[in-house]
Amino acid sequence: MDRVAEYYAEMYLIRCFEETLLAEFKRGIFHGTTHSYLGQEANAVGVIGQLNDSDIVVSNHRCHGHFLAHGGDLFRLFAELMGKNMGVCGGRGGSQHIHWQNFYSNGIQGGIVPMATGMALAEKRKGSGAVAVVFIGDGTLGEGVIYETFNMAALWGAPILYVLENNQIAQTTPISLSLAGDIQARFEAFSIPAVRIDSSDVMEIASLADDLLASIRIELKPRALVIDTARFGPHSKSDDTRSEEEIAALQDKRDPLHIHALRLDESERKALEAEVQAKVAESFQAALNAE
Amino acid sequence: MKKDKPRTVLESLNLAIHQAMADDARVLLIGEDILDPYGGAFKITRGLSTAYPDRVLTSPISEAGITGIAGGMALRGLRPVVEIMFGDFISLITDQLINHLAKFRYMYNEQVCAPVVIRTPMGGRRGYGPTHSQTLEKHFLGLPGLRALAPFNLLGKDPLGAPGKLLYDAIISSEDPVLFIENKVQYLLPLLTQDELLDYTVEDVSGTYDLSTPFYKLSICSAPPAKVTMIAYGYMAHLAFQAQHQLAYEKEIFTELLIPTQLAPFELSPLFESLRRTGRLLTIEEGAGALGWGAEVLSQAVEVLGSELKKAKRLCAEGHAVPAARQLEEASLPNLTDILNAVQKMV
Repeated sequence: MDRVAEYYAEMYLIRCFEETLLAEFKRGIFHGTTHSYLGQEANAVGVIGQLNDSDIVVSNHRCHGHFLAHGGDLFRLFAELMGKNMGVCGGRGGSQHIHWQNFYSNGIQGGIVPMATGMALAEKRKGSGAVAVVFIGDGTLGEGVIYETFNMAALWGAPILYVLENNQIAQTTPISLSLAGDIQARFEAFSIPAVRIDSSDVMEIASLADDLLASIRIELKPRALVIDTARFGPHSKSDDTRSEEEIAALQDKRDPLHIHALRLDESERKALEAEVQAKVAESFQAALNAE
Repeated sequence: MKKDKPRTVLESLNLAIHQAMADDARVLLIGEDILDPYGGAFKITRGLSTAYPDRVLTSPISEAGITGIAGGMALRGLRPVVEIMFGDFISLITDQLINHLAKFRYMYNEQVCAPVVIRTPMGGRRGYGPTHSQTLEKHFLGLPGLRALAPFNLLGKDPLGAPGKLLYDAIISSEDPVLFIENKVQYLLPLLTQDELLDYTVEDVSGTYDLSTPFYKLSICSAPPAKVTMIAYGYMAHLAFQAQHQLAYEKEIFTELLIPTQLAPFELSPLFESLRRTGRLLTIEEGAGALGWGAEVLSQAVEVLGSELKKAKRLCAEGHAVPAARQLEEASLPNLTDILNAVQKMV
């Protein structure tokens, strides 16, 4: 599969997974909660697509997209969310607390940033050549520990990419009520070069991430990527306070699948979609039947 | 590498970190003001940055950040040791301890471990006032996934001394994160040698009860049966050690003194065994008593012993912040006289 088709398939997989979750939550298949990644698929796929197998991905409460883009096992993620032994963490972690190979997530805002930075510093000390990527959101900018960490990351040369997915809303609070000043300047104050892009185009994001990761690997220093993005779903299951019109407008203009679909011919796209749908349905059913 | 036998708790701990860094290249040190010639606010890290310049990271004043960074390093195979300059500052690392370090192993289904050792000095008696004199470990005891250790100032058989051996083992071989509770006044205490222990019988009963760290039982040699069991750790254990001698030789009151070195997870079997003989329990701690360590010891003793426990008393700090003025601070923290009085009232 070429890169264009591969990215489409990965984004479509995340979309199907998250839609299946929300639908099946309503039917009582899942217990607890979930944080939907709908609308932000291009960020995970664009960035994680540029990593090597030995690189580290650290994610947050909204982690399913990052996990799947990292190649995480679909069946075991479903099983984890169903609380099954076959789950990626035996059901102990659930939606927000996942570890698989070089992927780690935790549900605490900000706290994952020093953890990821320590991982990057450890790999540098070991001389493994691996780098780390940590995904945060605009809401995370309110947590103090990230600024402690940016300071030390710059001071000690951590080979890490800070990816800030700015979906402009933290749970229900719009960024206009939670953020003063400039986002890039927060990184630049610590001499961490920061690039900002307003895009839901996976190819644009991939290209930028590729450049930034190349710099990190050469210089062994941190970089930041700020992606202005859009969350189509609720914060978790059904707590969206935005109007339907507002969300419809976002979907109309910013759907990463629509944007990227234009690069595929229709029959190829439909074949990919059918394949992914079948895979999701099969994994879901297998997880339902699992121990 | 220093070869001299350590004389104090400070020297023992310092020697242990030297030895751990010499033995295991995965060990590194992170903390504030830990570079030579200063060597840390209490000098526990003296000489280390000279011996291992690449493995000692002096940090900004960012306790939460360094604890989190150490956690990430540990998940990727290193064995970081973090110094939190004053025990009071562990409030700043609470989220990293509770929601990160202590959680990883369990929530990631035993696929990882996060062996970070966080060392910090607690305690008052130095006139540092309300925010630099506290004994806060009770808030961190009983957290699933977090071990808490506290050394006792014994020389013992190991060349590192008992405090150093406890620290060395935590750094080199603990699979869980460790909060290593030191004490500012304890640092300069001499390590007790055979000479100072002539009148005592000192046993480490950890082997009998299959405990992972030493649990000491002290009594006076050739004494009649003990009437009171005291339990204490860290610096308070030293005061209880002194009280035990005075009570025996000046008041003819004989006691058993139990000194755990692992405060969490909690294992009190040696205490229960002693209480079956004495029926009287005195818990001694420097921190605030309410809902604390002594309260937990006592409630477990009651659950296990029922009416075999005749009398019990918790000795602890007064229920307010630790004041700065010498006379106020002295009045607020339990001291030798308080222990002597408490035991005498129980018999």
